Amino acid sequence: MTEQEYIQARRSEPWREELRKSKKAKERGDVPRVHMPELDPEYRSHTLVEEVNLGLSAEQAMLEATRCLDCVNPTCMEGCPVNIQIPTFIKNIERGEFLEAAKVLKETSALPAVCGRVCPQEKQCEAKCIYIQKMKKEPVAIGYLERFAADYERESGKISLPEIAVSNGIKVAVVGSGPAGLSFAGDMVKLGYDVTVFEALHEIGGVLKYGIPEFRLPNQIVEVEIDGLRKMGVKFINNCIVGKTISYEDLQQGGFKGIFVASGAGLPNFMNIPGENLIGVMSSNEFLTRVNLMDASNEESDTPVQKGRLVAVIGGGNTAMDAVRTAKRIGAERAMIVYRRSEEEMPARIEEVKHAKEEGIEFLTLHNPIRYEGDNEGRVKRMLLQKMELGEPDASGRRRPVEIEGATEWIDVDEVVVSVGVSPNPLIPSTFKGLEITKWGTIVVNQDTMRSDLPDVYAGGDIVRGGATVILAMGDGRKAAAAMNKALVK
Amino acid sequence: MNKIVSKEYFSENVVKFEVEAPLIARSRRAGHFVIVRAGDKGERIPLTIAASNLEKGTITIVIQAVGASSRKICALNEGDYITDVVGPLGQATHIEKYGTVVCAGGGVGIAPMLPIIEAMKKAGNRVISVIAARTKDLVILEEQVAENSDEVIVMTDDGSYGQKGLVTNGVEMVIQREKVDLCVTIGPAIMMKFVSLLTQKYNIPTMASLNTIMVDGTGMCGACRVTVGGKTKFVCVDGPEFNAHEVDFDEMLMRLKAYK
Repeated sequence: MTEQEYIQARRSEPWREELRKSKKAKERGDVPRVHMPELDPEYRSHTLVEEVNLGLSAEQAMLEATRCLDCVNPTCMEGCPVNIQIPTFIKNIERGEFLEAAKVLKETSALPAVCGRVCPQEKQCEAKCIYIQKMKKEPVAIGYLERFAADYERESGKISLPEIAVSNGIKVAVVGSGPAGLSFAGDMVKLGYDVTVFEALHEIGGVLKYGIPEFRLPNQIVEVEIDGLRKMGVKFINNCIVGKTISYEDLQQGGFKGIFVASGAGLPNFMNIPGENLIGVMSSNEFLTRVNLMDASNEESDTPVQKGRLVAVIGGGNTAMDAVRTAKRIGAERAMIVYRRSEEEMPARIEEVKHAKEEGIEFLTLHNPIRYEGDNEGRVKRMLLQKMELGEPDASGRRRPVEIEGATEWIDVDEVVVSVGVSPNPLIPSTFKGLEITKWGTIVVNQDTMRSDLPDVYAGGDIVRGGATVILAMGDGRKAAAAMNKALVK
Repeated sequence: MNKIVSKEYFSENVVKFEVEAPLIARSRRAGHFVIVRAGDKGERIPLTIAASNLEKGTITIVIQAVGASSRKICALNEGDYITDVVGPLGQATHIEKYGTVVCAGGGVGIAPMLPIIEAMKKAGNRVISVIAARTKDLVILEEQVAENSDEVIVMTDDGSYGQKGLVTNGVEMVIQREKVDLCVTIGPAIMMKFVSLLTQKYNIPTMASLNTIMVDGTGMCGACRVTVGGKTKFVCVDGPEFNAHEVDFDEMLMRLKAYK
């Protein structure tokens, strides 16, 4: 059955046809889009571990689900990198079959509770919804509904495992346990493979654990989804660095017939400006790893973290928003975003920017740091900002920030978090002999199969894309799994 | 995994552990380090691998109790497990036949220097080891160092053992006596700084193994960054060894105080 036939077959199930006819499209279209309940901004800006978005109630979810028109050609699915059967799971919510909806999600996504929270749906599935495409209305809240179904299943205690094919005895290895690796592992284990995931850190989950904070993605939720994979038979080995602890050759000799490299882009970029090595200036990876992975703001943790009073976060991506909101929560009186372009060009999700503003984060857009100064002990105490204006569009199509001559300003800070992007970690590329690498350090793969020029090595996620999103990484994992399966069963 | 198979006190605050870690024992080279973590709330801290035993599948680490985390690890006993041990990390020491190599180590730094002494000797170098400590009781591994060196000079601050003086006094003595082709130094940052200043005066190539603050140890965070030759480097992936004459030791000393 082709994908299209499968979509149609499920759409023509009797219950679904009946449900479609039960309400007129006009009636469905008149329902306003649901609002996600959230914690009060003043309260939440002082609590590190409570999630900001509270999730939909069953009534809210069912009402929102009625908005979905169950299109013949669901364009929303084109916007989803892992091809979730969107109308099918939404219509299950509309009829009140929430566990069934969760099952549908798990056909294609290893981490629905994660994706429902952190995907930029406004740029993906929801951007392709017929409401926004044709009707100039707000799109169906696909992300909220996905989250609802996954949370409902988890909280019900009736977590189902997807169907798993009979074991084919073929061993495959995954390097890295972030979203790309987990997605790949989920698909391969379903196909009957013997899957082992190797992780360098002491916890499984990659950026989901060390990067994205609790107030956006609780670790417990990530852990439950990982546990699901474990129950399906995926083996996880932590504290094992492929390329250091064991080599590519070790994996081959160990009988692994295919290797999926999903080691991510963990290397933080710095700006190389004066004063960047002062105490109190750190990468967002360091700051977030200390707080999220090491729980450093908790007094019981042995890992320390500086709790700045005047904190500047340099950058405008989601990581910058995570860092600045974290700084505020652990006690900053003044927490600032310093970004060299205007708000319009910010790569962060609109929702994150909105949440940050509500929490009292200051936005210094069209500002760029050019130096830091410290006190006698080498602790950062102020930063010099260059004011910018927007010039002509550059190669990326965004208007280029240009310095306004002579317009500079000193601002007092006692902590600076540099969040200006990441580069691929060179560890794997440098230890897999013969692997073709771009000048940016990313692994070269065939875009359709994710296969590298080493026949048994596939790669996906940030090690191929540079810094991108969780869902694109997961999409790569799915693609690689499909292609590797095809190559191995030949 | 990571069972402590033996524990030995070198002195009141310096402990040697032999830990089960067969994969690391097999792949490690002189100069490599591991990151260890003890307990669920434990901190990740870097420790250089002092030795390994392939048959037993163990690595040896030497740790000095200086702060909360190192004290916690030092309190573990034979039969206990270290929650996490990951490695081998960093670049291995570049070993070749240089001629005469002076290995200058201070305090607990002598432990990570031992595998380098061994490897340098094996590569056919004339190895002179200068090992220094505050006082007699803190001199560690003298016998093992002696087994792999052509000559050992012991220095103590108070003259209670060996010769009275700092490690630099011992190194300078050698330099004035014979031609030295390379100096390797491991110890407290302040000691490495002064060894570096000394050998710079005599134009002797010098490698220092830096011990900065680390978190992940795999290049992910940059907590360990230092300036070498005017450029920012990450000690965990680019090092831990660097050309000592290019290291900004004052910046490194400053950054070590970040959490004091």
